[in-house]
Amino acid sequence: MYAQIVKSEGAKSRDEMSPEEIAFQERIDRGEKIEPKEWMPEGYRKTLVRQIGQHAHSEIVGQLPEGNWITRAPTLERKAILLAKVQDEAGHGLYLYSAAETLGVSRDELLERLHSGNMKYSSIFNYPTLNWADMGAVGWLVDGAAIMNQVPLQRTSYGPYSRAMIRICKEESFHQRQGYDIMMKMCAGTPEQKAMAQDALNRFWYPSLMMFGPSDKDSVHSAQSMAWKIKINTNDELRQKFVDQTVPQAQYLGLTIPDENLAWNEEKGGWDFSEPDWSEFFEVIAGNGPCNAERLGARVKAWDDGAWFREGLMAHAEKAEAARRAAVVAAE
Amino acid sequence: MSSEWPLWEIFIRGQHGLNHRHVGSLHAPDAEMAIRNARDVYTRRNEGVSIWVVRSNDITASSPSEKGPLFEPSNSKVYRHPTFFDIPEEIGHM
Ligand SMILES: [Fe+2]
Ligand SMILES: [Fe+2]
Repeated sequence: MYAQIVKSEGAKSRDEMSPEEIAFQERIDRGEKIEPKEWMPEGYRKTLVRQIGQHAHSEIVGQLPEGNWITRAPTLERKAILLAKVQDEAGHGLYLYSAAETLGVSRDELLERLHSGNMKYSSIFNYPTLNWADMGAVGWLVDGAAIMNQVPLQRTSYGPYSRAMIRICKEESFHQRQGYDIMMKMCAGTPEQKAMAQDALNRFWYPSLMMFGPSDKDSVHSAQSMAWKIKINTNDELRQKFVDQTVPQAQYLGLTIPDENLAWNEEKGGWDFSEPDWSEFFEVIAGNGPCNAERLGARVKAWDDGAWFREGLMAHAEKAEAARRAAVVAAE
Repeated sequence: MSSEWPLWEIFIRGQHGLNHRHVGSLHAPDAEMAIRNARDVYTRRNEGVSIWVVRSNDITASSPSEKGPLFEPSNSKVYRHPTFFDIPEEIGHM
């Protein structure tokens, strides 16, 4: 989801594992957390760097579609709320970058890999936010889908990742509620406002379903990630849970899910629904979504424009440190 | 040119009377900025009354591979726990 397509090494069978790998797998099976300096298979480390990195990038890039509306929020209160929400996302990115760095990759390296297109972020943030109703739809659906994925990841095997997820989950429900609150307000407003809410749902529904990634029930990569407890549920399981949770919420708003095939399935105790257009998903991931160039461009520009500031503060800190040392020497 | 800001470990006292606890890390050019950034990153919801920041490089950690021998001495000393001693019931709470 926030890490939609994470390539990992294929699952190993027990007789292919070294004694260290067997001991490692047994620790995970016992529910022990793996901590930064401890021995881990190279594949575990690499997969985690990709997954946590993708997740961190998604939090940071995810600020852009909402940041777009901070200056145009309809009231001062809505503006303050949206600002706080977007600031939280910056915090989420920072928790996750720190978790990734414990695996031996530097912050600058992660950012360089984002900027060069080498690492991805969630496809959802390559869709435009056209009007205020989109702030409602994003909080309700996009943060809602993110929560679906993040709650089980609190139990992931890698200690720093698990702790970052716990912090993030504590903050996410505010995000989803503020979005739903916007939707409620608009649906109780004029017919035009309600139509805007419906239009936002229409545009964000399938991209939200794509957030969970394509079906991976037969994927060997997923099997390995699940054995390592860095993935807890299949993409399909999470997507189904998301639909089941969201349909009644849409009904309460008096909005229609844009899917003719949506139907309650008594047997499975869940809703049947249409798959999103996966060819669109792969196009967006490949860089050809409506806003890819704009989003990545904004990140690269922020990084380049901030260089003088980062370097200036570092130079100041080094100078102050040198002066402090000189004063200590003089006092002796 | 890359001049990455150093990494700092952040410790926060959640409430008066509690120890500072490690909450995570962040990058900052110096200690003062590390505290300011820690305020924004780790205490947006009143999570703290005091912040410590320590350069990550200045922390010395025990090695995970020596976990066994390092902690072994306390393993065998079960008498350090009060439950080791049987106190007759008539004595009451002790
Ligand atoms: Fe987030
Ligand atoms: Fe969020």
